[in-house]
Amino acid sequence: MRKLALTDEVLLSVEKPARYIGGEVNMVVKDPNDVDIRFCICFPDVYEIGMSHLGIQILYDILNRREDTYCERVYSPWVDLDKLMRERDIPLFALESQEPVRDFDFLGFTLQYEMCYTNILQVLELSKIPVYANERTEDDPIVIGGGPCSYNPEPIADFFDFFYIGEGEAAYNNFLDLYKECKKAGKSKREYLELVSQIEGIYVPSFYDVEYNEDGTINSFKKNYENAPDRVKKQIEMKLSEAYYPTKPLVPFIRVTQDRVVLEIQRGCIRGCRFCQAGMIYRPNRERDVEYLKKCANEMLKATGHEEISLSSLSSSDYSQLQELVYFLIDEFGSKGVNISLPSLRIDAFSLDVMGKVQDIRKSSLTFAPEAGTQRLRDVINKGLTEDAILNGAREAFQSGWNRVKLYFMMGLPTETEEDIEGIAVLSDKIARVYYEIPKEQRQGKVSIIASTSFFVPKPFTPFQWCRMDTPEEYIQKQRFLRSKINEQLNKKSIKFNWHEAELSELEGVLARGDRRLSRVIYDAYMFGCLYDSWSEHFNYDKWMKAFEKNGVSISFYNSRERHEDEMFPWDIIDAGVSKSFLLREYRRAKSGKTTPNCRELCYNCGAKKFGGGVCVGGFEMPNHADGINRNGSIKQEASNES
Amino acid sequence: MKARIKFQKYGYMKFIGHLDVLRYFQKAFRRAGYDSEYTQGFNPHQIISFAAPLGVGLTSDAEYVDIGLRTCDTPETMVKKINEVLSEGFYVTGFHLLTEDSGNGKMASAMSLVASADYLVSLKDGCSLGNGILSCEEFRELFEKFYSKQDIIINKKTKKSEKMVNIKPMISFVAFDEKEYDAYLGCHLADLPKPVNNEKSYYLNAASKADAYENNIKVYMQLDTGSASNLKPELVMEAFCSDSGLEYNPYAWQVHRLEIYTRDDESKRLIPLDSVW
Repeated sequence: MRKLALTDEVLLSVEKPARYIGGEVNMVVKDPNDVDIRFCICFPDVYEIGMSHLGIQILYDILNRREDTYCERVYSPWVDLDKLMRERDIPLFALESQEPVRDFDFLGFTLQYEMCYTNILQVLELSKIPVYANERTEDDPIVIGGGPCSYNPEPIADFFDFFYIGEGEAAYNNFLDLYKECKKAGKSKREYLELVSQIEGIYVPSFYDVEYNEDGTINSFKKNYENAPDRVKKQIEMKLSEAYYPTKPLVPFIRVTQDRVVLEIQRGCIRGCRFCQAGMIYRPNRERDVEYLKKCANEMLKATGHEEISLSSLSSSDYSQLQELVYFLIDEFGSKGVNISLPSLRIDAFSLDVMGKVQDIRKSSLTFAPEAGTQRLRDVINKGLTEDAILNGAREAFQSGWNRVKLYFMMGLPTETEEDIEGIAVLSDKIARVYYEIPKEQRQGKVSIIASTSFFVPKPFTPFQWCRMDTPEEYIQKQRFLRSKINEQLNKKSIKFNWHEAELSELEGVLARGDRRLSRVIYDAYMFGCLYDSWSEHFNYDKWMKAFEKNGVSISFYNSRERHEDEMFPWDIIDAGVSKSFLLREYRRAKSGKTTPNCRELCYNCGAKKFGGGVCVGGFEMPNHADGINRNGSIKQEASNES
Repeated sequence: MKARIKFQKYGYMKFIGHLDVLRYFQKAFRRAGYDSEYTQGFNPHQIISFAAPLGVGLTSDAEYVDIGLRTCDTPETMVKKINEVLSEGFYVTGFHLLTEDSGNGKMASAMSLVASADYLVSLKDGCSLGNGILSCEEFRELFEKFYSKQDIIINKKTKKSEKMVNIKPMISFVAFDEKEYDAYLGCHLADLPKPVNNEKSYYLNAASKADAYENNIKVYMQLDTGSASNLKPELVMEAFCSDSGLEYNPYAWQVHRLEIYTRDDESKRLIPLDSVW
């Protein structure tokens, strides 16, 4: 039996000791002495969140397929253990071998959201690894990062040796092979970084010095290592149905956020919503073959014993073989007590039929994400959901027995007016009215509408990357305005209104579009005690403000400024596939309220075509909602009209 | 059909709480390829329950779980197949198909049967009792003095209230080494029929998974367990320490459950749960 890093006394005095003992079903066991490369992957949040992340499972599987590599896991210790580890000087350890993280060759962070940045510093510090990359020695692991936030890695650039821009399947083997060679040849870390920077998709931030203009904007990325690439090109996996898929995922002992089999049916999205970063950076849309997915579903349910399977994608309804897959899952596993969960489905006859089969209508609710309150603003953000579609979907659902509706909106979207905000209240009310149009004897009690608003945060690599973001004061004012408008509605008693914290969104905005000058702020915020910032009970706005003040960094420079069209961005060093000119074109179209068709209807030359696959080259059935538009048609004409 | 399983829980699985152990076994049955029985309705869940939930940090040779099954093999195959999919730290040592007529026409749940349990409480290595007590002989002397009292009154705290309780009648016996313990069991259980392996039941002889410590300071106890009367071994140790002028350190003691008993309706004697299945 493995020896645990923590004593009984420590484990029994913290919440949920199972977070720290490893040993889960399907955990990979290797002898660390038998491998050349020890790799520790980290999701910098608590175990239950990190264990629910599909990307980690995929990476864990890919890396452990290599005989020369042992990939282990570490998560952020919860605050109770954090305190004990500091008091008793216990170094942070990986779950598998229970050995110190500092003894590893690599420590790789997945960067899923900006508010985890202080947790990265926690993991480094508890591992006794210097937090700044330039303070580390040859004995420290190479610290790397990947995932959505690595598309603008600049605010955390000083903490990392390099970032990998792209999907795990594509290039990990290249830089691990290189590492092994370098290690055997006794090369230094610097020599390895120079060589690894030649691999496509690798960004070594220390090879670039950022120069700023007088107004604080970026002047240039000046290379201090001449062979470093001018731009770092995103690497992606084009053959998703041949790619590795973790058919034996880890099964945690404790209940985690995703306590189920997760089947990724496609990557990328055809929709092109202009606020959505995932919809841009994961282009092009690539579907997995339905037979491949059936096989994976079978194997994964068998290997885990999970009683639920969930389909994962940005927009499940756009998966061209959804019906076949879903009815297969219901027929094959429904009778065995396996629940089937279908997030991000468009409400139509098919989804209502499926939901009626797999869920208890009385308990479940319908979810719509109109994102904006008026058609005008929905056109601005290119959200192709019309009021008619929402009302008709709701009507059908009400007739089938549903009486609860969840609505998701954003406030602070570009060009937003009071009318758009009021539209949120009006649309919520209209849905309630639809419910009461149904004959009384067919209704199931009262209707309940839950309208949730989050604050719009402009993200890199979206058409809104140039936008000004509202201040918390503006947000709160808008939220009060909406509250008053909801209270004016006929069905106000049926509408429940939820909102996000404005201060958290403000910070997210700075970190999302920030530059290297923020690393000192993040460091100081952490030193002041900020940790688990995405957990509202731990988020401390005042400490963050203190850190900004100490470093003389202004939030409004990052958030409250409409960026100039030709401004150089911190993330311009990254080539994510979609071109800056396409994003700018989209931004201009947004401002004039023009929508852009989805990728299957028309190609708008976003730049992702150069990957040579997925939706860009076809290979799928025409969906029945493509309303006759020739998808091979060119938009060159229109694009040139615009410019 | 309903089955009762006996299993051992040891090593670092002691950190897994009993509700998570239930979830673990539900998934394990699926991995082994058996369909479980579900409750009716739109949110079906497996029918599974513990005889006596074990606290976090405790190990055991005798955990009993009842589970509803729709598909099943012979008891021997079931034990083998389930053990194949279990993590180190769980080991099934018995499987018994429950029948409607065992009992009085109705299936009694394992939980409703529990009356008593045996525990081994050991001082972990690296921990000390304080007050210069070093040997197991000194410990024994102190504990015997404590146990010889007419009444042992403790302040028993529940979520709602506190009350003074005499725990002495809730302790059936104490012993200080394996020999004494075996001797006690031998004289109380010798006449019970030996377990048989047949189409309904299967038993595995497995060595105890209790951790052994060099200091050899330990005590065996049989304590009331179950809904009618329940005494936790930790409470006894706390009372012992306070009575003997020792500081009670809850992390210093490893508690290991050895067996669970039911009380026979007629003879009123205690019988191991797997002797009546």
